[in-house]
Amino acid sequence: MKGIKDKYGAESMALLKHGSPGSHLEHLFKAYGSDTIAEPAYAQCRGPRETGFGLTFGAWVGSPEPTDIRDTKCLVLIGSHIGENMHNTQVQEMSDAIDNNATIITVDPRYSTAASKSKYWLPIKPSTDMALLLSWMHVLIYEDIYDKAYVEQYGFGFDELKEHVRSYTPEWAYGITTIKPEEIRKTARVMAAAAPSVIVHPGRHVVWYGDDSQRSRAIAILNGLLGAWGRRGGFYFKEKIKIPTYPHPPFPQPKWGWEELGEKYPFAEMGITNEIVQASIPKKDQKYPIKAWFIAGTNLLNTIPQHKIIEKAIDSVEFIVVVDTMPMEITGYADVVLPECTYLERYDGIRSATNREPSIALRMPAAEPRFESKPAWWIAKQLGERLGLHDYFNYKDFKEVIAWQLKQLGTSLEEMEKVGVKKFKRKSGPLFLKEGQPYEFATNSGKIEFYSTELEEKGFDPMPIYTPHNEPDQGFYRLNYGRSPMHTFSRTVNNPNLNDLMDENKLWVNSKVARIEDLKNNQEVWLENQDGIISSFPIKVRVTERIRWDSVYMYHGFGHSNKKLSRAHGKGASDTQLITKVTIDPLMGGTGMRGNFVKILTENPHKKEIVS
Amino acid sequence: MRYAMVIDTLKCVGCSDCVVACQTENSVPVGYCRDWVTESVSGTYPTLELELKSERCNHCDNAPCVRCCPTGASHIVKGGIVLVIGDECIGCGACIESCPYDARYQHPDGYVDKCTFCHHRLEKGQLPACVSVCPTKCMYFGDLDDPNSEVSKLLKRRKHKTLAPEAGTKPNVYYLI
Repeated sequence: MKGIKDKYGAESMALLKHGSPGSHLEHLFKAYGSDTIAEPAYAQCRGPRETGFGLTFGAWVGSPEPTDIRDTKCLVLIGSHIGENMHNTQVQEMSDAIDNNATIITVDPRYSTAASKSKYWLPIKPSTDMALLLSWMHVLIYEDIYDKAYVEQYGFGFDELKEHVRSYTPEWAYGITTIKPEEIRKTARVMAAAAPSVIVHPGRHVVWYGDDSQRSRAIAILNGLLGAWGRRGGFYFKEKIKIPTYPHPPFPQPKWGWEELGEKYPFAEMGITNEIVQASIPKKDQKYPIKAWFIAGTNLLNTIPQHKIIEKAIDSVEFIVVVDTMPMEITGYADVVLPECTYLERYDGIRSATNREPSIALRMPAAEPRFESKPAWWIAKQLGERLGLHDYFNYKDFKEVIAWQLKQLGTSLEEMEKVGVKKFKRKSGPLFLKEGQPYEFATNSGKIEFYSTELEEKGFDPMPIYTPHNEPDQGFYRLNYGRSPMHTFSRTVNNPNLNDLMDENKLWVNSKVARIEDLKNNQEVWLENQDGIISSFPIKVRVTERIRWDSVYMYHGFGHSNKKLSRAHGKGASDTQLITKVTIDPLMGGTGMRGNFVKILTENPHKKEIVS
Repeated sequence: MRYAMVIDTLKCVGCSDCVVACQTENSVPVGYCRDWVTESVSGTYPTLELELKSERCNHCDNAPCVRCCPTGASHIVKGGIVLVIGDECIGCGACIESCPYDARYQHPDGYVDKCTFCHHRLEKGQLPACVSVCPTKCMYFGDLDDPNSEVSKLLKRRKHKTLAPEAGTKPNVYYLI
């Protein structure tokens, strides 16, 4: 790290990270002088929804989502698979909503678990969601069932929107989405009848087709028309406690960082991993060259698409350090692996959650770290000291930092070790708007922008439009992927108990497809995508009615190639390996990944020919 | 006292937290389980139904496993809980064959094992491990002899079923549908 700093400047060392270990390393990086930091959780996951909602309501959705699912009358999920995606508060609240007889509407080409809990399931043709969203706007506006008082008081550009969606009738959308016009009308009316106690959910992993910020805008606009933002059963005004910063000298000012690397994307608000990868491949007259990677808690080969580009970048950089708890694919590329202990064996930064009431939570060890593994805070501090950055790590044990911070917050480590989670009283005002209450949104106009002045300024469509996306050729199926409720990303597949529950993923194919392709349950197949990339390992077929005939589906996070993952190696196929084509979101740089198509191979393409 | 478990299939998402909680709580060896989740799909795309169910020993009133046990290792205790005394079990497997729910398995140590409704936790006033961890709170546990218990109230109010009623075993695990 010293060498990189002397030779190129600290900026040329990038941090790619996720979760708690990431924050400790982020502190180290800022002290070291690099702000070249990014996480796949942004450009490969939820970034676009933050842009879409930010442009509309002047506020990020953020995590956890400020969705009042518990008390909603109507929850609308657009491809969001809560229940398979086990984000805990969301799952718990959806269960509460079911108890309270809320109406759930799910839009998904797959009969997801959430779809099975839904009163209305709209089995949409993949990639056409925008058409449905626009036609819902059309119905709400032209049937005059939107929240007029709310729109009049808080909305900006309603007349433009009304004109904009004039031609987006349910009949128009039917031809695109395959959802019948009466179903579109009926579901729009159900939402309007429940309004403002309705949530058109922003989703979470929303990097699909490249126009994802605009699709998130469309979702935000629908919530605006229904008057759901700042209303009970819709979205509440979240609040979180600010954790005081443990004293340290000011960070040095880097000459460039994640912002400059993402300058092509005017609405990027966090580092874009794929831009860091690109900037790591040397080019002529490079303004922002990246020469080394520090990777913490993210298995890049399963979290960022386009392996060829990543591998080229890996070959180009001079040095790679990986902090992880398991021997993942990426650890195999590292010059140095710093083994981290698991979350059950360490202290971490205090979690401050945005909820109805602000709350803090303590993570503390339940067991001693095993082998040579160490907590990420310890790794960051040891490196910091060897880099001459002692002043930024002015403590012996991270416990001291937590204890100091908790004291500032009026509690103590002793108390928190007993209670685990502590709630605080709200200070920012009520959760919801009172009727007619004046409220200024943090947008240019101070209002909910149906017509986006910011998008207009920067030369983008100020209102979302429908763009047709690529469709699979004959013999190919769209590759859709999602989460298994038993696993967390690709990180837990080697855990003995969780591996016992699910040790491989399967390829979901509709029974019609099985007939055409002559496939049987549990038959091993290989997948070849539109660019000729073939899955390394076979995947077993699951013939099911739960998937449309124009797409196939698999759980993300399988098909590991690192042999050291003794239980998970070679089991199932990796969706990420087959995602070689991405469509970049021009607003914020996200990688749309749902435009990849596969054909199903029944003969082993990797079998070496035997010459007799 | 008549212990029963009531599971709301409308809320279960099939995450299998119940399975891992049981394996951990009861030191069930990896590769075996005392509870498990089933998925049944019916219909043709796009007219479909999906039912997810967490299943286990039904602690039947008329338990064939107890009737067929040659040593008395399988027996019924207070509250109707069916238990196996490992030391008295000769591992003949008759009970495994007799169970219509396939709820029993041969432990690698030679005896037959299955769900105990976490008898040891109940004695401490705690809920079974599976119930205590369920993120959707779709599982309820209590006494059917008490008309005011949550399980009694749920069965009064909600449509429900038991598994394999035709087997005549009088099971005590109910599914809300």
